[in-house]
Amino acid sequence: MCLGIPGEVIEFLPDQPDLARVDVSGVRRVINIGLLSDDPPKPGEWVLIHVGFALSKIDEDEAASAMQFLKGIGQAYDDELAALAESRIE
Amino acid sequence: MRFVDEFRDADTAHALSAKITALCEPGRQYKLMEVCGGHTHTIYKHGLEDYLPEQITLVHGPGCPVCVIPMGRVDDAMALASEPDVIMTSFGDMMRVPGSNGSFFDAKAHGTDIRMVYSPLDSLKIARKNPDKRVVFMAIGFETTAPSTAMTVLRAAAEGLTNFSIFCNHVTIVPAIKAILDSPDLRLDGFLGPGHVSTVIGCRPYEFIARDYGKPVVVAGFEPLDILQSIYMLMVQLSEGRAEIENQYARVVPWNGNTVALKAIGQTMELRPYFEWRGLGFISHSALKVRDDYAAFDAERLFSVPGVRVADPKACQCGEVLKGVLKPWECKVFGTACTPETPIGTCMVSPEGACAAYYNYGRLTRHRVKEASGT
Repeated sequence: MCLGIPGEVIEFLPDQPDLARVDVSGVRRVINIGLLSDDPPKPGEWVLIHVGFALSKIDEDEAASAMQFLKGIGQAYDDELAALAESRIE
Repeated sequence: MRFVDEFRDADTAHALSAKITALCEPGRQYKLMEVCGGHTHTIYKHGLEDYLPEQITLVHGPGCPVCVIPMGRVDDAMALASEPDVIMTSFGDMMRVPGSNGSFFDAKAHGTDIRMVYSPLDSLKIARKNPDKRVVFMAIGFETTAPSTAMTVLRAAAEGLTNFSIFCNHVTIVPAIKAILDSPDLRLDGFLGPGHVSTVIGCRPYEFIARDYGKPVVVAGFEPLDILQSIYMLMVQLSEGRAEIENQYARVVPWNGNTVALKAIGQTMELRPYFEWRGLGFISHSALKVRDDYAAFDAERLFSVPGVRVADPKACQCGEVLKGVLKPWECKVFGTACTPETPIGTCMVSPEGACAAYYNYGRLTRHRVKEASGT
């Protein structure tokens, strides 16, 4: 729950400015980017996601090292990614 | 010593280890608390204590959101879930936390409608799809997750949803740190500040720790080298007699936090006069409740919540572990009656809990090495 998962912003959802589709390790899901409204991410940029919300923008290097770290964590990361894959935010 | 090979920059780690050792004053013992359960996880996973000289002890703090929920709140949640037409939703971490009469998983197995969700926004979707049901989201976590709950309440209000509410158990980290500083049980020399919480609250809320208590704080990232680097930064401050707030994780944590997130929390929630923490007892102004303006989304006002205080199981010493007074393996039931499969205490449930982290990575720490070799 407290793990921040890096995701790459793919696109914004039409009609829903707070929602964006992101790619997390090949899993594409919709997240809320409303908490970054002061400085919204653009497609191709990376964000750190907590429970369906992007909490901070990060650069690609940080995203790569955060992902490597998470994969090393093992079960907790697998559980979080499985939960994300189940998520259907609208 | 397999951990040496396990992370990419073992050479850098050893170099940092040597620099940290060089900063230790002869004869002085250092106790540094990592506040965040994510840090505890990294420390055990990578055996980081083995990189530190004997003089430095890492003390595990209360920053595991599942671990600090007292049993009475679990029982309250269970009572809410048993109300007619209620669907309770919860993060996966919470599902195995034992209440007096079992966990959410146990209740679910007996037919109570409790559903695991990844995001509070998933709960909102369940509410939309089930207009004849009342959906209650078990809101837990520090400032990392509170903005998500706040944004979800704002969204529910904007949509005019009438069958969604939250059972608010959000806690705030700073009062817990203050309670530990004020506790006579433990004398600490410095803190590794929590990474993700600080993304939201920034670094300023820790300033009192340096100003009023004379202890340094370094906000730390989650990778093994982040933690060693942060320990080094703390040791530099201690060796120079400084006490300041420093940000090792500046690549993610802005000094002033996330103002949008803070505003969303402030709009929907306010501080409770007090809240019970497992192990730490009642702490003033240490948790959040729903503001009057959003009372329609507050499960504590929509339902009758028993609010009973339940003592933790006698055998369980999570309280001492959360305060950093006991190491996980010093608990009487650690690894015997209490395991991740059959947890008695919360510290064994969450992957961020010190007991689960230690159990899962069961490493030969230097203490154990010493015991094993009889030295």
